[in-house]
Amino acid sequence: MENYEPTVVAFCCHFCAYTAADLAGTMRLQYPTNIRIVRIPCTGKVDVRFLLEAFEKGADGVYVAGCLEGDCHFLKGNFRAKKRVALAKRILEDAGIGGERLEMFNMSAAMGPRFAEVAREMTERIRKLGPSPIKRPKSTAHSAERKEHRV
Amino acid sequence: MIIAEGKPIKEILAMIDDYDKIIVAGCKGCVTVCSAGGQKEVEILSSALRLARKAQGKALDIKEVTLERQCDTEYLEPMREYADQYQAILSLACGAGIQFVAEKFRKQPVLPGVNTQFIGVTEEQGVWTERCQSCGNCLLHQTGGICPVTRCSKSLFNGPCGGSKAGKCEIDPQIDCGWQLIYERLKELGLLAKLEVVLPIKDWSTSRDGGPRKRIREDLKI
Repeated sequence: MENYEPTVVAFCCHFCAYTAADLAGTMRLQYPTNIRIVRIPCTGKVDVRFLLEAFEKGADGVYVAGCLEGDCHFLKGNFRAKKRVALAKRILEDAGIGGERLEMFNMSAAMGPRFAEVAREMTERIRKLGPSPIKRPKSTAHSAERKEHRV
Repeated sequence: MIIAEGKPIKEILAMIDDYDKIIVAGCKGCVTVCSAGGQKEVEILSSALRLARKAQGKALDIKEVTLERQCDTEYLEPMREYADQYQAILSLACGAGIQFVAEKFRKQPVLPGVNTQFIGVTEEQGVWTERCQSCGNCLLHQTGGICPVTRCSKSLFNGPCGGSKAGKCEIDPQIDCGWQLIYERLKELGLLAKLEVVLPIKDWSTSRDGGPRKRIREDLKI
């Protein structure tokens, strides 16, 4: 467990968070390598199915990063995503995975430092929560394997 | 169309607790339009059920399928090819569809994945409201196209009652008074005189009298 490294999937809007991630890189800002970015044309493209699928495929945490409210390139995409994230949180709660493993963030393309901060915040949150309930036994085995490998 | 809403995931999980191989069957009819049991809802529910069962340490094999309709025999037939390999069928169709699947597939239990609510319309995206109670004896021509059976909370035929206040119903101030709607509509049409005709006592024998209803058209039978 002490070697547990969470996998966090970030669905990032092309017009803001994805560009902010790029900026974070250009600014040489450090953020955890646990983040797996999926670029989407707008957070309005995010569907509850994608969010659940990420968990099914082994993500320990997922977040959606969209434009600041009122700044969506497609006007309402981030508001739609907000509602879908809220629904998916309820579903995850009912399914025993935990709604707190999913979050929605807003940022502009100029907010590179904020992107790195969110990546750290979410990684820390998921690290504290531990591995996803669907892979707890497996991930213990994995960390044991990893330990052996290191030795 | 028939309006339904998905059952709580916890209720469904309790229903399928004994099974590890199930079919989740959606319907492309009414429940698709009211976002309760179409292909998308099948995928979301299946995903949630798989996650929940994995978290419990009990794997669940789900066959996801969305049939054209579940209330017609021919559209159920394709499911026969694989139904026997599964222990239960969780149907997301309306109550009629679920029962029809149960009638046609006798070897495994058929479970409801939705609660069927009413016959209604899409008032706006994500908002559905009731319009018809299928009483079997329509009188919309006399009431300006607004059904007193459904829209009046008390199903009055010569309303409104004394509980109508500022166009709202005493049952719930969010609900429009059905008879106020009828009055406004007839006024708009210049047909207020219709309200002077006292509607006779309704013949409810076409409604739920005499058990489940049946309609036969001999000319269409094969």
